[in-house]
Amino acid sequence: MTVPTLGKDLLGLEPLTKEQIQLILDTAEPFKEVSERTIKKVPALRGKTIVNLFFEPSTRTRISFEFAEKRLSADTVNVAAAGSAVEKGENLVDTARNLEAMRIDMVVMRHPSSGAAKFLAERIRSNVINGGDGTHEHPTQALLDMLTIRDKFGKLDGLKVCICGDITHSRVARSNIWGLRKLGAEVAVCGPQSLMPGGIEGLGVTVFRRIEEAIEWADVLNILRLQLERMKAGYIPSLREYYRVFGVTLERLEKAPRDLLILHPGPMNRGVEIDSRVADGPHSVILEQVTNGVAVRMAVLYLLAGGRPELAEAAKGSGREGEE
Amino acid sequence: MTPAERKILHDDSGVGEALERMSREIVQFAGGTDHLVLVGIQRRGSDLAERLCRMIAEAEGATVPLGVMDITLYRDDLQTIGPRPVVGETRLPVDLDDRWVMIVDDVLFTGRTIRAALDQLADFGRPARIGLCVLVDRGGRELPIQADIVGLKVDAQSSDRVDVLVTELDGRDAVELVHGGNT
Repeated sequence: MTVPTLGKDLLGLEPLTKEQIQLILDTAEPFKEVSERTIKKVPALRGKTIVNLFFEPSTRTRISFEFAEKRLSADTVNVAAAGSAVEKGENLVDTARNLEAMRIDMVVMRHPSSGAAKFLAERIRSNVINGGDGTHEHPTQALLDMLTIRDKFGKLDGLKVCICGDITHSRVARSNIWGLRKLGAEVAVCGPQSLMPGGIEGLGVTVFRRIEEAIEWADVLNILRLQLERMKAGYIPSLREYYRVFGVTLERLEKAPRDLLILHPGPMNRGVEIDSRVADGPHSVILEQVTNGVAVRMAVLYLLAGGRPELAEAAKGSGREGEE
Repeated sequence: MTPAERKILHDDSGVGEALERMSREIVQFAGGTDHLVLVGIQRRGSDLAERLCRMIAEAEGATVPLGVMDITLYRDDLQTIGPRPVVGETRLPVDLDDRWVMIVDDVLFTGRTIRAALDQLADFGRPARIGLCVLVDRGGRELPIQADIVGLKVDAQSSDRVDVLVTELDGRDAVELVHGGNT
């Protein structure tokens, strides 16, 4: 039986195979139970040092990674751009090389520039996990979305998932499109034309201009956060107008031919992209996404930490039980 | 690997008799079934634990709680052998404090799996006593760990592999020796 490995880094879902994505989702399953234990900790990454390098503000993703790291017994350091040498003009590679000189093992990075994670991964020995790079990818968010959907339907193959909102600026949308398509789901996007990138159909997705059409078609809605700066930049006339035309409201969902599963990567703007009654309704899995986020990140850390096939070959047999 | 290198040491009747005897010894060891919990090590240890539970239930008329444990995350060799592709389920149905916990595994070899299992159990509670029950002891320990109850003893070289087959996963019960299989 050949088992796929992840290699050194997790930069996005575009470069991964279907089997690699499935490996991460399957590995995340048993990690859910670890977080339910009284002692929420296993020694798998004991002695590993992980740096969470965040050049953009993040609460949820950073905390989720930190919990995942701590529950695997890794030692963690958080570095935020504000107040660090980055503010004094140090460039990314110098920052990372300085951290590496202190003998770290992994870097989780969020950065405003698309491609920053790959740039870093090519220049340092440590494992690099992309925690969101510009408008490019946010792989762990898409993986936790996929795990949450798979939990509810038992599969992803053949499901219809519509991603709603600002597609142009969304790394969450891009990672979801790559991942869902590889696992056999049908993917659509829906949002204002001003926030819909040209040529998005080239990624194999259907485009809906009206939210009502998306609701009629889909099994799952993944509703993106409308970043409020988009209004100032003139992409949409007003938040109220956005809610009137694209808001996922209870009235709109009640007209759907089936119950739709509701996802949102957070933080939510209630009354802008999503109705509170939908966010808190029986088909919302928004908090399950958060719970699953820790499990998925544990799985990624665990798989990257051990993914050294050349060592595996050398050490095979020694210290292993007879049945293996 | 050619079939010629594989030798059957015990067939289903040998395994069945061993399990019968082990089920009686477990009850003796724990002084009854009142505080007893069986915990099988994934994967074949959990199948064996389930069978031992059924045998004890038939003989004693008592239901003994059954847990399963995957020790992958407590192994000491993640660095060298790489991650296990699939980490199995861990499910302990009762509080372990003050219980008599009997760990059940298929093969006892280096003792490293049991070391990991003991560490993991300590994170789940403080049993009154922990015992170890294995279907096969093949020798070759790398740690000071011994079983309290052994079904079958097998003489194997360190380069040999001992496979326990169980009906639940493999379609039949057997203990087999694979010469040079542990490389």
